Amino acid sequence: MNAAQPGPDGLIDGYLTMLRIREFELAAIRAHGEKLVHGTLHPYIGQEAIATGMCAHLRQDDLMLSTHRGHGHCIAKGAPLAPMMSELFGRENGLCGGKGGSMHVADFSVGMLGANGVVGANIVLAAGAAHEVKRRGEDRVVVCFFGDGAVNRGPFLEGLNWAQVFDLPVIFVCEDNQHSASTRTSTMTGGEGGGARARSIGLTTIDVDGNSLPDMLAAGKEAVSIVRSGQGPVFIHARTFRVTGHTATDLAQWRDTEEVERHAAADPLPLLRARILSEGHREDELLAEERRVRTDVQLAYDKALASALPPATRAFEDVQVTGNPQIGAF
Amino acid sequence: MTNLIAMTAAEASTLALREEFALDENVWALGEDIGRGGVFGQYAGLQDEFGPQRVVDTPISEAAILGVAVGAAMVGSRPVVEMRFSDFALCAMDEMINQAAKARYMFGGQSKVPIVVREPTGLWRSAAAQHSQSLEAWYAHMPGLIVVCPSTPADIRGLLKASIRADDPVVFMEPKGQWQRTGEVDLDDQEPYELGKAAGRREGDDVTIVSWSTQVHVALEAAERLAEQSIESDVIDLRTIFPWDKDSVSQSVRRTGRLLVVHEAVAVGGFGGEIASWISEHEFHHLKGPVARLGAPRIPVGYAPNLEDQIRVTAENIVDRVIRMINEGEEETQV
Ligand SMILES: Cc1ncc(C[n+]2csc(CCOP(=O)(O)OP(=O)(O)O)c2C)c(N)n1
Repeated sequence: MNAAQPGPDGLIDGYLTMLRIREFELAAIRAHGEKLVHGTLHPYIGQEAIATGMCAHLRQDDLMLSTHRGHGHCIAKGAPLAPMMSELFGRENGLCGGKGGSMHVADFSVGMLGANGVVGANIVLAAGAAHEVKRRGEDRVVVCFFGDGAVNRGPFLEGLNWAQVFDLPVIFVCEDNQHSASTRTSTMTGGEGGGARARSIGLTTIDVDGNSLPDMLAAGKEAVSIVRSGQGPVFIHARTFRVTGHTATDLAQWRDTEEVERHAAADPLPLLRARILSEGHREDELLAEERRVRTDVQLAYDKALASALPPATRAFEDVQVTGNPQIGAF
Repeated sequence: MTNLIAMTAAEASTLALREEFALDENVWALGEDIGRGGVFGQYAGLQDEFGPQRVVDTPISEAAILGVAVGAAMVGSRPVVEMRFSDFALCAMDEMINQAAKARYMFGGQSKVPIVVREPTGLWRSAAAQHSQSLEAWYAHMPGLIVVCPSTPADIRGLLKASIRADDPVVFMEPKGQWQRTGEVDLDDQEPYELGKAAGRREGDDVTIVSWSTQVHVALEAAERLAEQSIESDVIDLRTIFPWDKDSVSQSVRRTGRLLVVHEAVAVGGFGGEIASWISEHEFHHLKGPVARLGAPRIPVGYAPNLEDQIRVTAENIVDRVIRMINEGEEETQV
């Protein structure tokens, strides 16, 4: 259940992490259809290489902040599948005890400081986490994922500028899937987007094919080495494409079908698999590993299904330390 | 003449916009994804009909969306601002509170800000803590703002029209769970409804129940059950939270002698407190017992359905509370 490791076997480990994310998402979407997962679910399908390539270089004590589309980030940072799935099912043993759900998955024990329901809000929080890491003189790294739509929010400017002037150990990863909900982001973004804006503020920027695991592994490695050695914040612009609708139920029929199909056909997972085999890896071994991933996901699903709902009184816990409400009080 | 047609709240919204767009070319709308109809279909077809200059898609830039509307309103237009979820309007609070709400006063009446800030509000199928809030009391607290909380398709149409024509900034909070609920709308009555005027939803002499938004429907369900026990409720849908219809509530309370205020928002600091306090001060001698209120406990909205349910004030809660009011009259409200 570990996240991908860098090193000579980076590709295989990375591929298996990507598969873990993909299978988790497919199971979560199925469960959403079965009304086991509630609310809104934003699939990470097609973007797996970005979280995987980035998080492969992180230590468990490094920190990460995520978005509404956060399952992949959470898995890549090393969160266990079963408590994640339980959270999506709203069960007692979920990562957040069933209080957060898909848009608020978090596992502070592996440095995953939360998915976020407010676009762009995590950018300033990431600057804050990095500010504290630096203030303490630690060598931890903070990674902040967000979408291409988030670069048009004020906190993007404020957070990047802050990170730059305080020279903070933070990597901003813009996952440019070209869409924000039912809008083509390019139609709403002036200039050349996030990368150009980051450069204008003075950040080191890296532009990368976010659908290529080798490229993402290289970009992640470079960014982490810059940031961990105290050379300030880095901005990664990772190019990808949202092959699904915005949510599990959104058909996004306004899109050009040909374009979507072309991108879906260039699915990074089978391409990477073929490459791994072409480099001489034994297929029977790979199949065994793949089976293990699928079993893990199925176990997570089964376990979530068998888990209890939180006792209703939990709704009254963890509101605040002083002045927490009495159970059942209006 | 009436021409009643059943339509959803989303359809009533597009109808109101279509009518107002046709009447006044200074009316336009802006917000994320509204060109494709908006998250709830409340703008469906309007961009095709009126073009992208009147129905403007925007970047994900809440502060700019609201700020641009304030600036445009200062130079003569009447923008309808879509905030998508009331929760995201929080990203534009300076524009709302320091700018829109205060411009008329600060500048000695030279300026007006006739904007409608639409903030779909309340619980919505496990949307959790950042997508479920009911924040109307915050706005009611701010001088300069009108706050509208409609509960039916007809009110969404009539009050949206009135809000567009109003010369003040209006926070217009549609209940998120009610967009697909149908109701009758009179196509021939194109007059806006009066802001600040409550609607009587049911008549009765035993207790006054004041509510708004989604909670009105729950109150009506409770009233139905109370009637089975021969307790007749006067159910008032406040519709506008500020200014609120003191006359309607007072008149009802003078008749029933009992008042319960119910809302989905957190009870502590909720607008129910204002109503309870005002009625206690001004109608004390008509009251047979303490004014009661019901609202959510002071907890964020949880994701798991059974945690989310802890927020809800149910018909059963209302029935129980009313029976206690009638039996005992003086039990204290726990807040
Ligand atoms: C401040 C704010 N505004 C609007 C929304 C509604 N919303 C949720 S996701 C989304 C699109 C985000 O696009 P992008 O940042 O590109 O991420 P993607 O969904 O493509 O991963 C929007 C507009 C929100 N959650 N927060």
